[in-house]
Amino acid sequence: MKNHWMKARWIGLITVLMVFLSGCGKNHLSTLRPAGEVGQEQFNLMILSIIIMLFVVAVVTILFTLAVVRNRRSKRGEDFQPKDVASNHTLEVIWTAVPIVLLIILAVPTVYLVFKQADTSASVTEDGEVNPEETVINVRAYQYWWEFEYPAEGVVTSQDLVVPTDTRVYFNLLGADVKHSFWIPAAGGKMDTNIDGINSFYLIFDEDAAEETDRLFYGKCAELCGPSHALMDFKVTALAEEDYDQWLADMQAIEEPVQASSEDAQAGQEIFADSCMGCHATTSTGAGAMGPNLTNFADRELIAGYLEHNEENLQEWIRDPETLKPGNKMTGTYDLTDEEIELVSAYLMELSVEEGSGDLEALEESRHGGGDGESEDEESPEDDEDEEEGN
Amino acid sequence: MAQTSAQKKGVGSVIWEYLTTVDHKKIAILYLIAGGFFFVLGGIEAMLIRIQLAVPNNDFLSAGLFNEVITMHGTTMIFLAAMPLLFAFMNATVPLQIGARDVAFPFLNSLGVWLFIFGGIFLNLSWFMGGAPDAGWTSYASLSIASPGHGIDFYALGLQISGAGTLISGINFVTTIITMRAPGMTYMRMPLMTWTTLVASVLIVFAFPPLTIGIFLLMFDRMFGSNFFLVEAGGNTIIWEHLFWIFGHPEVYILILPAFGIFSEIFATFARKRLFGYSAMVFATVLIGFYGFMVWAHHMFTVGLGPVANAIFAVATMAIAVPTGIKIFNWIATIWGGSIEFTTPMLYALAFIPSFTMGGVTGIMQAAAPADYQYHDSYFIVAHFHYVIVGGVVFALLAGLHYYWPLMFATMLNEKLGKITFWLFFFGFHLTFLIQHFLGLWGMPRRVFTYLDGQGYNAANMISTAGAFLMAVAVIVLVVNIIMTIAKNERVGMDPWGDGRTLEWSLPLPVPYYNFAQIPLIRGLDPYWVEKKEGNGKMLPSESLTDFHMPNNSILPVVMSLGLFIAAFGAMFFPDGKDWAIDAVSGLDPKPWALPVLIIGLGTTFVAMGIRSWKDDLGYYVKKEEVEKDLEELERGGK
Repeated sequence: MKNHWMKARWIGLITVLMVFLSGCGKNHLSTLRPAGEVGQEQFNLMILSIIIMLFVVAVVTILFTLAVVRNRRSKRGEDFQPKDVASNHTLEVIWTAVPIVLLIILAVPTVYLVFKQADTSASVTEDGEVNPEETVINVRAYQYWWEFEYPAEGVVTSQDLVVPTDTRVYFNLLGADVKHSFWIPAAGGKMDTNIDGINSFYLIFDEDAAEETDRLFYGKCAELCGPSHALMDFKVTALAEEDYDQWLADMQAIEEPVQASSEDAQAGQEIFADSCMGCHATTSTGAGAMGPNLTNFADRELIAGYLEHNEENLQEWIRDPETLKPGNKMTGTYDLTDEEIELVSAYLMELSVEEGSGDLEALEESRHGGGDGESEDEESPEDDEDEEEGN
Repeated sequence: MAQTSAQKKGVGSVIWEYLTTVDHKKIAILYLIAGGFFFVLGGIEAMLIRIQLAVPNNDFLSAGLFNEVITMHGTTMIFLAAMPLLFAFMNATVPLQIGARDVAFPFLNSLGVWLFIFGGIFLNLSWFMGGAPDAGWTSYASLSIASPGHGIDFYALGLQISGAGTLISGINFVTTIITMRAPGMTYMRMPLMTWTTLVASVLIVFAFPPLTIGIFLLMFDRMFGSNFFLVEAGGNTIIWEHLFWIFGHPEVYILILPAFGIFSEIFATFARKRLFGYSAMVFATVLIGFYGFMVWAHHMFTVGLGPVANAIFAVATMAIAVPTGIKIFNWIATIWGGSIEFTTPMLYALAFIPSFTMGGVTGIMQAAAPADYQYHDSYFIVAHFHYVIVGGVVFALLAGLHYYWPLMFATMLNEKLGKITFWLFFFGFHLTFLIQHFLGLWGMPRRVFTYLDGQGYNAANMISTAGAFLMAVAVIVLVVNIIMTIAKNERVGMDPWGDGRTLEWSLPLPVPYYNFAQIPLIRGLDPYWVEKKEGNGKMLPSESLTDFHMPNNSILPVVMSLGLFIAAFGAMFFPDGKDWAIDAVSGLDPKPWALPVLIIGLGTTFVAMGIRSWKDDLGYYVKKEEVEKDLEELERGGK
């Protein structure tokens, strides 16, 4: 019997080693390779708790192994009569008190971080408006896609989230149909997008970490939300502050939909206007639309949130969305021939936002409500009210 | 005599006997058969999940079907396998451990098992009637309201019916343990199995009503046009999460406490040593039960309850580690200085200590709320709760199956096959779930029907699936073992393990239908052991041999349960095609027969209840002569 236990232990040890050898996961999506302060704090807390818990497991395993090995009947003999021991006061005090001390060591940083990471007060001004000095992004989760609105700048995009590095990015989260959960593992823990009210939290993306991952992180939906829950991924592009501002300005500059250039795309644009426009906007406004905003569609990383971004996949997606993302809301809302689908996809692949086309001064102005800085009509006031409750 | 007549009975009369029985030992067998069936069903669902996830971008199961399978796996394993199997062992042991001839309410005991069986059948009929529930076993309200078709209705109605059975059984055990203990069986002499059953039953009494209420609200939203969870109509979905977890967390303790009880018995028996720190163990059991109600929101750290709630629930959750730690160390101290015999039940009990400790410490890691923002809804959680539920509860069920098999069937499961099952299951379990901790930390969310290539999840998922196959083989060996044992039918005598300590092992096997010819006198903790050491190895009687009272069999529990089963179909199809119904069902064809079916079903139940209420059923007396004859026969057989 002893051999069995020794074997069990060896296999366990080898498994653990293998796991460590295989590393800490990919740096654009692993919680073990934090890309910013929030993720780092959570990682530190994990390590602290793992150390304490490994100590506990070690103590239990050693005592347990000794107890089993020493007290086998084959060793003790068939006639050995163990002495009944009712209890031992000293021992019981020890194994009650030591865990309490260990838990206090864990509880103190836990409570501290709970309060620290819940502090989103800077994202709103005293009047309850979005604070233009901070980066605030409204996230709306839909079955099975994400909408990102930059309220201070009046910019809306979807699927690809763009964030600035080295600063707190505040997120106001809302679920549009059912509950989802917004998770960027490398940057920090998740928060649910309730349908009942807005949740707020913040994440930080370090410039160094962003450079290491080619400025790209993976985001995921973490709450079961229907058949295509597994496919509700998104990408996060983390840009240096000035590039981020330029991107916003570029998006703002698209006041009219990008005009198709090629013949096919022009034909596609007409079909799009007839069949798709009802749900999909091609200027970066109109938060809360039925379908994802497509203003910068051609610049995106993925089709349907998880497929490689090429025309073939796009056509496949438009032709048969149900197969690629079961349960999505686009299936059956239009009737296009294969030819029309090719034209539309030609058009969509031209929906690109020219880099550097935007005016940074105009961006600043929009943030501060055209200079007078007092009232901003373009923001939706209801969001701000809800936010208070959400907190 | 009783035995020969039983063998002569036809199949029909055996079935009738089991349909009408109020004997706790036969009800235990019903729980064991039904629970075992659902355990295998849930296991098959688990295998489907692991096959689907073995490789990236797999299309073995479609996205929608996968969600149905995970929902049914969780729901089946918790409500229809783990709890009924624990009820099987509670029923088989508790009345015998406290020296009672039956439970306090034998009729209710029968009603409980039949409600569970009909509820379980109803839930599983969803597979054949348009699709199973697909919103996870937690069935969070926004998704469960949006889920099209009747899947969620099967979940709500099936759990409502079987939940009522559980609640009834809980009340029954509380009453039994408080009122029916033999003379001398004080609270502090009760075996740990009885203590944990008492505390778990109290938890059932307090925890199941929130679930019942939650499911009622869900039923009314889905079937009768209310809007408790319809946000656009002023409802709130977070309420469901609270109600569910106010039930859901104590539920974990409802499962694990009886498991602790089974292990406590096994440790003492096969170490030949009394349980170390008995009073501390009892105290820890009660404390865990009490804390169990203070921590539900740790399932909701990412819901946005705010820092105050998160901090309070984080610290409260950590506190549970203390009494659980006390238990672990007490068990180690029990085997310390003992004489350990490595029987199959003891192997499970020994393996439980390190396995459950690992599940426990990851629980404490999750109590650190900011770190839990990362773990939550990832595979880390899947790994954690399987370490607790499989490493704790399932190990206990398998240990209990081998340990109590002779008590229930008067035969022994094959030890060799039992040990093969153990080793396969033990390695399979760790292979499946250890690696899942890392998958979660690497960013893999739970409840995903597939994952993309190139995220670093491939090898780990393949390892996990390989482990699952080992567990499946283990269960197959176990089934073979059971079939062989039943086929051979080699009877064993009294105290088959040789080291029985508690009262149930002092009984002849098979246990007579009246349990005790004379109610015994209890002279200490582990009363049978006390008599072995200090007396002549026989329990002293606390009463003279006289006629005694026993309850009559009744078919009414089956009729009542069947009525609710029929009514559930009526309720489920009632909203189809109605304008006021939710989108999920308003588009279906109207079913005009739904209302009559609902009324007929409820009517059947109410009529049966009426008969039970107004028709006196006074039971019968077992004659002194019959018992004397049994005793004589036993004497002859024994010598």
